[in-house]
Amino acid sequence: MLGYLIRRLFYAVLAIWAVTMISFFIINLPPGDYVTSYVAQLAIQGSIMQFEEIENLREFYGLNQPMYVQYLKWMNQIVHGNLGFSFEFGLPVNDVIGERLILTMILALATITFIWLMAIPIGILSAVRQYSIWDHTFTFFGFVGLAVPDFMLALVMMYLGFVLFHFSVGGLFSPEYVTASWSMGRVIDLAQHMIIPILILGTAGTASLIRITRANLLDELRKPYVVTARAKGLSEWRLILKYPVRMALNPAISLTAYILPFLVSGSIVVSVVLGLPTVGPILLKSLVAQDMFLAGSIILLIGSMTVVGTFLSDLLLVWADPRVKFEGRE
Amino acid sequence: MESNPVEQELAPEIEDIVEERISVASQRQLIWWRFRKHRVAVVATVIILLFYTTVLFADFLATSNPADSEAFRGLMPPQPVSLFDGWKPSPHVCAVSGARNLVTFQKEYVRDCDEKIQVRFFARGYDYKFLGIIPTDRHLIGMSDDTLRPEDYMYLLGTDKQGRDMYSRLLFGTRISLLIGLFGVVLSLVLGIVLGAISGFYGGLIDNVIQRIVEITRSIPSIPLYMGIAAAFPSDWSILKIYFAITIIISLFAWTDLARVVRGRFLTMRDEDFVTAAMLSGANQRRVIFRHMLPSFYSHIIAAATLALPLMIIAETTLSFLGLGMRPPAISWGTLLQDAQNIQTIALTPWLMIPALPVILVILALNFMGDGLRDAADPYSN
Repeated sequence: MLGYLIRRLFYAVLAIWAVTMISFFIINLPPGDYVTSYVAQLAIQGSIMQFEEIENLREFYGLNQPMYVQYLKWMNQIVHGNLGFSFEFGLPVNDVIGERLILTMILALATITFIWLMAIPIGILSAVRQYSIWDHTFTFFGFVGLAVPDFMLALVMMYLGFVLFHFSVGGLFSPEYVTASWSMGRVIDLAQHMIIPILILGTAGTASLIRITRANLLDELRKPYVVTARAKGLSEWRLILKYPVRMALNPAISLTAYILPFLVSGSIVVSVVLGLPTVGPILLKSLVAQDMFLAGSIILLIGSMTVVGTFLSDLLLVWADPRVKFEGRE
Repeated sequence: MESNPVEQELAPEIEDIVEERISVASQRQLIWWRFRKHRVAVVATVIILLFYTTVLFADFLATSNPADSEAFRGLMPPQPVSLFDGWKPSPHVCAVSGARNLVTFQKEYVRDCDEKIQVRFFARGYDYKFLGIIPTDRHLIGMSDDTLRPEDYMYLLGTDKQGRDMYSRLLFGTRISLLIGLFGVVLSLVLGIVLGAISGFYGGLIDNVIQRIVEITRSIPSIPLYMGIAAAFPSDWSILKIYFAITIIISLFAWTDLARVVRGRFLTMRDEDFVTAAMLSGANQRRVIFRHMLPSFYSHIIAAATLALPLMIIAETTLSFLGLGMRPPAISWGTLLQDAQNIQTIALTPWLMIPALPVILVILALNFMGDGLRDAADPYSN
């Protein structure tokens, strides 16, 4: 058990390290270095920097030194909670991202919950009533849900929302709550605005979870212990929920770890289309403006968050299915 | 091939013939027989073939040059083709004239069905090279030139903001989006097969390392990452350079899936008799891998590649949609949909959303086709 956990933790740390390397790589991709762009930016605004000041900045970021020193200096800053400065917004990166990062996380967690609540009952129903009209309907919608890219679903939702209900889908808050501080009203407002993004983001995940739950449950339903339980006179639903469903849930849990990165990717795109105040639109804006410290930090943060989320769902799997720790995953 | 016992009793000869046909059929034949039974997959395959045909003949099928813009014909609604004039078959579209509404300043178009523009097959249009070789100006459909006046025009799916023909642009977008997916799949196949083969064939430490790389790659959200890389392409790159760079990026989306499939196959096959036999007869490792092992699961690889293709197409479309993939003047499904990003366009000019239909259709069809192929890939299992 402990060995397995340590191994998973080690991989998670490795993955986060990989994310930092990639983020650093992305920050350094555009031609010229950070200070050059900074000086150019200031020049546009009309202020000119002293030569010594420029040299000091270069020294601070280690730009005259080899790549790995720059990386270490950058990492050191990050560990101390300083993500750098955003040209585009004229603010420290921390201030730009702040609440948006939390909203991104809330959106991802809410979507996962939605996927679970929808997919598992439907999956069970589809398996128990195999080849019924329900089964076929959900299988069809599942295929469509898997096939349609998130951003297109968002476009279609916007179109339908406009044509059918004459209301515009978008944002996460009503105007009066955008800048308000947190209160009960704001939370309710947020929840109402999240319904459509969650529907859009959750469709693909729900579809694949239904398919997996259905397939696993069908396998389990044919096993002898189900016949035994039926023979001893358990009622049908009680029997199904008590034994085979529990077995069929394990792959569903491990799928959550697999879905999470896709969900985060999807949320970026959907946020751009629907104008949600998550990190998505900021990431796009910063990339287009080549505001690389901001972009790199966002990629770093959501990358690490996803890795941590994946690790947590691994832990959940160990708790739910003790066999895992003996076999490892595969 | 199960059969019920009554049938067997009734017609033992027929059963024998079927049995014999199956036992002498080649693997390819067995796969085809099984694939044929999956009706939806067959339909999907036909759809995919049709789409790739339009890739080959995009300029022949187009009705006008996709780059030609006419600012005063911007955002024109589609002109549907009517096949009959009263009872007489005479395919035509109605002439459309536009004027600016002086109150709203919106351009408004009025269809005038008294003025008919005749449509015919193999009409003359703009000059192009058929299949890239034969210079011609014939197009599959177009305005028939005997009654044509210089001010007549035909836009089957309307025009975009710059007054460019959506129908022709959609055809050319299909070309780029489908080809980029195909090249991407080839690249990620190479990556997936090489790494998967090494991993599954040698096992041990190297397998462990490759599997960890796959796992780590999978746990990182891909879109933001590739957005970051794509955004850093210099703005002075040519279309061709961007095209190749995007292909490489989107090929990174799917190699992990392919590597997993290949590795799994190699692991189960490593101990098969024919592999041992090949090794004992002195074949070197490369020969064993590429001549003996890989061919025995080509069908699985093809199925996996078919399922990877929609991922690539979604990736390209998404990146271009966000403005980080293919850039105008290049036309792809993503760049076409960029125009449909905000609520005004969607509400006032819904035909700009039409490019969404082929995307959804192709992705669905590829998924069904891949599913059918995956089921058929192993014809010996029952």
